Amino acid sequence: MRTIQYREALNEAMSEEMRRDPNVFLMGEEVAEYDGAYKVSKGMLAEFGPQRVIDTPISELGFAAIGVGAAMNGLRPIVEFMTWNFAILASDQIINHAAKMLQMSGGQFHVPIVFRGGNGSAGQLAATHSQSFEAFYANIPGLKVVSPSTPYDAKGLLKSAIRDDDPVLVMESERMYGDKGEVPDGEYLVPIGVADVKRTGTDVTIVSFNKMMKVALAAAEELQKEGIAAEVVDLRTIRPLDTATILASVRKTNRLVVVDENFPMVSVASEVAYRVQKDAFDFLDAPVLRVNQADTPLPFSTPLIDASLPNPARVIAAVKEVMYLRK
Amino acid sequence: MPTKTASPAKRNARPADGGHTPETYRRWFKDMLLMRRFEEKCGQLYTMQKFGGFCHLYIGQEAILAGMVTAMGQDDRIITGYRDHCHPLVLGETPHRVMAELYGRTTGTSKGKGGSMHYFDKGRHLFGGHGIVGGQIGLGAGIAFADKYRGGKQVTLCMMGDGAVRQGILHETFNMAMTWKLPVVFIIENNQYAMGTSVERTSNVRELYTLGESYDMPGEPVDGMRCEAVHAAIAKACAHCRAGNGPYLLEIKTYRYRGHSMSDPQKYRTKEEVEQYKQQDPIEDVRGTLLRNKWATEAELEAMDEAIRKEVEEAVKFAEESPLPEAKELWEDVYKTPDYPFIKD
Repeated sequence: MRTIQYREALNEAMSEEMRRDPNVFLMGEEVAEYDGAYKVSKGMLAEFGPQRVIDTPISELGFAAIGVGAAMNGLRPIVEFMTWNFAILASDQIINHAAKMLQMSGGQFHVPIVFRGGNGSAGQLAATHSQSFEAFYANIPGLKVVSPSTPYDAKGLLKSAIRDDDPVLVMESERMYGDKGEVPDGEYLVPIGVADVKRTGTDVTIVSFNKMMKVALAAAEELQKEGIAAEVVDLRTIRPLDTATILASVRKTNRLVVVDENFPMVSVASEVAYRVQKDAFDFLDAPVLRVNQADTPLPFSTPLIDASLPNPARVIAAVKEVMYLRK
Repeated sequence: MPTKTASPAKRNARPADGGHTPETYRRWFKDMLLMRRFEEKCGQLYTMQKFGGFCHLYIGQEAILAGMVTAMGQDDRIITGYRDHCHPLVLGETPHRVMAELYGRTTGTSKGKGGSMHYFDKGRHLFGGHGIVGGQIGLGAGIAFADKYRGGKQVTLCMMGDGAVRQGILHETFNMAMTWKLPVVFIIENNQYAMGTSVERTSNVRELYTLGESYDMPGEPVDGMRCEAVHAAIAKACAHCRAGNGPYLLEIKTYRYRGHSMSDPQKYRTKEEVEQYKQQDPIEDVRGTLLRNKWATEAELEAMDEAIRKEVEEAVKFAEESPLPEAKELWEDVYKTPDYPFIKD
């Protein structure tokens, strides 16, 4: 099978859907003439023209609102944020408008819109550019949140998101855009709300998503050398959460570590841990542990970043703790 | 002592009565009277605690909607803020369903899920009813964006109060709407007070129709107490948009006789100021035109008022007799996708 980059997979998803449906268009900062701040939309202006690939001024709130309004009036916008860190400015439109329109109108107006962009830390960018927003938005009923970790999932989930009749937030990563992975030639969709077991194992379950999947898989590889078979579950979608897949794995391994780049307080890991203690209490042989970004804003200097972000060593330590292999 | 901060808008020269047909005047009278009687009833019922939530009345501002609907096209779109009970009424929705929404009943326009601040009517192109001040400014541009994208000829009438113009989204939206030549008329209903804060206290720039100038957006002030002036301004602005010239800004100077909401003691303005405006009441003005020209008799207008009062009473009865939603409705209309797996434990 061919291998392509994560950014190319996203590009294919958008381009295929725009060929399929004239109501789909892309707007955002630098998406057209610059070919995308991270080259995700490379070549799309040339194919689809300036009516459908639209550069915006630096006005996140304003263009998010124009997207929501256009979706209320029959279009299917894809709104790109250069990063979800900047989308905080647009969060009124996402949370107060896109998420609530269907209910407040008594079912009259739905908002089929995709908001997408890089998420989480991306090198030494300091505190305002280094946050993960899956937990923040997954808290909001009316939204769906996907956070793919591979080019295959990124393409399939983005295509599903564009066809979805509800607002879907796609969390990508500047640190994954260049990652390569197998993506088939033909069309396929990855359904929203379905997790994927990326590595099977019997001794412990590691649940993760987005670029933390790299950390989880690297830890699992290391653990294998010590004879520990970790099962790694990639959530892929954060809202709605595929609890069945998580529970099935935990019922098999009886131990769980969640690796999540969000800050620890009310994180995705918190919700996973709640669900597991609620529905698989009798299967657990140890308390659920989590490995999150530290409970501080992420600073600039490298040693401080290393001390904050999840890494394979921290995951391995947590796995050994739930297996009672270390004190 | 409240300082005096507002004076009646300077009246535009009165257009000759002959500019409009007797039918138009009768419609204005009827539409405005329906809004007035409906809102008076809302105020009463709210005071009697018949329903909860907020309740922002439109009383005093009726000439804006009345003049607007006779000037706009059938397929043109409307979006507004939270002072929105009258929008569905003037577009032709029954007072019954509008009242039922205030009562939180399943027969309401949003099945009782939106309430006072969130009226929508997809069939009549009313895109809400929005409670976050200024949120609708960007949405309105987006609605217009979609029409232009499809090559449609519709215009979006995007309404906001004088308070909303101080939100940042106005500037982002004005800039993009002008850059992309979107067919949207931005309508500021300047009733002179953002809740209790007068326009003068919010900015050095008090002529709100000039707010688009940084973006080269044409704008003009309009006398909002006169249906003729509103009709003329809306017709001109819509024609400008429909011809592909991009947005137009209207500052319609108006006045609300009642408080910002039902809980407003109105310490920020004098009784004399309110009285001054009531002297220019748009309903009385149209009544005068109808009688002066013998387009209607006192008795006919009285009968019209009686019929409207009766209709409003029936709307209240309908609302009060309508069913409240069942608890299972909580899970409906949150996602369009069927069978969304909500967390329930």
